[in-house]
Amino acid sequence: MDLDALTGCLASSACLVTQTTSGFIIGMLLFLVAVGLTLIFGVLKVVNFSHGAFYMFGAYFAMTAYQVTGSFALAMFCGAAGTAILGLVFERVFMSRVYGGDVLMQLLVCYAFVLIFDDVVRLVWGPEFRSMGMPSAFQVPPLFIAGGVVPPYYLLLIGVALAVAAILGVGLARTKVGKVIRAAAHNPGMVSALGINTGLIYGGVFALGGMLAGLAGALAAPVRSLTPGMGFSVLIESFIVTVIGGMGSILGALIGALLIGMIRSYGSLGFPLFTDGLMYLFMVIVLVARPTGLFGKEVA
Amino acid sequence: MTETSRPGMSRRSTLALMGAGAVTFATPWVARAQAKTIKIGMPTILSGRVAQLGTSSRNGVMIEVDKINAAGGLAGRQIEMVIRDSKGAPQEAARVARELVNTDGCEILVDAEASSGAFAVHEVARDLGVFCIHTNSETSSLTADPKQHIPNAFRTARQGVHDSIVGGGYAAAIAKAKGLKKWATCSPDYAYGRDTTGEFVYYLKQFAPDVEIISDAWPKLFQPDYTEVVTKILQAKPQALYSALWGGDLTSYIDQANIYALFGQMEVFAVNMADYTALTVVKNLPKGIHSGNRYIKTYPATAENAAWGDAYKAKYNEYPTNWSWENATAVMLIAEASRKANSADGKKLADAMRGLTIKSPFGADGTVTMRAEDQTLIGYAIGWGTTIANEPYVPEVKSGDWKQILALEAEWKKTKGYT
Repeated sequence: MDLDALTGCLASSACLVTQTTSGFIIGMLLFLVAVGLTLIFGVLKVVNFSHGAFYMFGAYFAMTAYQVTGSFALAMFCGAAGTAILGLVFERVFMSRVYGGDVLMQLLVCYAFVLIFDDVVRLVWGPEFRSMGMPSAFQVPPLFIAGGVVPPYYLLLIGVALAVAAILGVGLARTKVGKVIRAAAHNPGMVSALGINTGLIYGGVFALGGMLAGLAGALAAPVRSLTPGMGFSVLIESFIVTVIGGMGSILGALIGALLIGMIRSYGSLGFPLFTDGLMYLFMVIVLVARPTGLFGKEVA
Repeated sequence: MTETSRPGMSRRSTLALMGAGAVTFATPWVARAQAKTIKIGMPTILSGRVAQLGTSSRNGVMIEVDKINAAGGLAGRQIEMVIRDSKGAPQEAARVARELVNTDGCEILVDAEASSGAFAVHEVARDLGVFCIHTNSETSSLTADPKQHIPNAFRTARQGVHDSIVGGGYAAAIAKAKGLKKWATCSPDYAYGRDTTGEFVYYLKQFAPDVEIISDAWPKLFQPDYTEVVTKILQAKPQALYSALWGGDLTSYIDQANIYALFGQMEVFAVNMADYTALTVVKNLPKGIHSGNRYIKTYPATAENAAWGDAYKAKYNEYPTNWSWENATAVMLIAEASRKANSADGKKLADAMRGLTIKSPFGADGTVTMRAEDQTLIGYAIGWGTTIANEPYVPEVKSGDWKQILALEAEWKKTKGYT
């Protein structure tokens, strides 16, 4: 425990800017993965344990596209679009067969595909770790804001994640498609009786969830080493985020991810050997105080 | 009254047979010792972020095994390698090692695990008594601590304390020349990272007493995101940073630290940087990172080393790694010990290997020695230098002096209560 470092940081504007930005960076990447997870659970009532694989595929698709085209924008697009298509196929061919079935069966299907997807990556891209490299446009000195250090690439990352949060929030609340998705989450039988193809909605939501995880992977690719199985660790933290925020809540995923980001960022200063423990401790406190998570709703 | 004997086996002979069976099943390598081929088991990491190093370990072994088999085998027995993936998990490494011996009938273990798994395999070797050679674990205590000592286990991996003595001296000279007094450390949070960093700091302070460690960070092994670690170090504003991160962890860290321009704000000493694994993967390698030599074909600057590196590249289409030479050395030593003992029996190999010196492309003077007292490798080429982004990557390496290394290591062992 190093409370002096923590209090010293809180008294310094430079440190506050750097650590808060750091918290945002960690949180926003987690949010992109967790929001897909929570969206799929909210509508399909499936805990998608294979979600981390979409993060991994997003990173590999982006790296390959970047190596082939040299375009960062195209790399991001390929990461997101590729995983959306993969998500759609995965949902239609496999997951749709286990809806409403035993939870254990859903879990087994997901876990089987975690292993299969890891092996696919190993076969296609090799078992060794890979690096995409930072695009030259972002190989620039960091910005100094109030003495704090902020890399421009991370500003882009935060901006994209916030834009996604806004689009999802507005899209689900205000648009017709959003209303149908919410209705399908609440009462799929009634939606189906009204002549709406729920299979299409389910496939679309799964593709959207996969796309968001893929986008997170693509955004992370320039700064993280790529390896088969890389989705696993991010999946664990995403589950913590969704549990804290409340399963099925997009706002919960956003707040939960930011809280975890800040805990990691400031915890590394004040509690360097207990940062992971702090996350779990916080999750336990939230679950004891609000078993459904901060923004989760009681299931009737 | 006449005594009649029952047909079949008597109770005594049944018990004897069961006893013999139990011994056979408990120590299957004894029963199979006379098999024509000799199986060598190799648990290593073939998946996950360090898979490339595990693969390079396998390649390092195979390049030498092929030579031995072509020359007639180990005491006339062809070597069959049985290589299994531990996924980098210690419990899996122990399970695989046990299975290799008990089920696959391996008579020798080449333990190509990182330190986290090596200690687990070491306990398996202790339990089964099988000849075992640790090839990748650099944690000094694995062989330095007498509590860990077992007569059937050896190590061909470099030792953290050796790197730290040379690195401490090298870093202290730069610290004095450039006035680097405030230092930070960032190393993986497990046995190797903790031990090696502690040893480096110890020697850095021995050689430059006014150095002060103002911040330390201990990210988890295989942690994906180092943002909070990078920013923590930036906050501390050290003049120099030491890191024992390695493999994919090191490249991730460099990528993430690069965008904070960390490398322009302090001198960086990364003991594991000068390995082709990291050097060729990092796309934007900053100039001037100080590193210990891991494996580069230009150091030691001998024709033998360059030829070995080129032969490896010709066969596997990539350069060897630090783990490659450490594993190749294990096979070279086993082969020489087998020639000396005229046997492939584990116990005879162990007896022959203690104190054995062989010619080696990786030796500081063209030879390496398996030191008898703690059954660990000495005499390998060891030095530090500054990296550049292209070949030869470390143009000038300042060599460590083995006389000094051994003297300081002996003192270190005393301070740790090992001798």
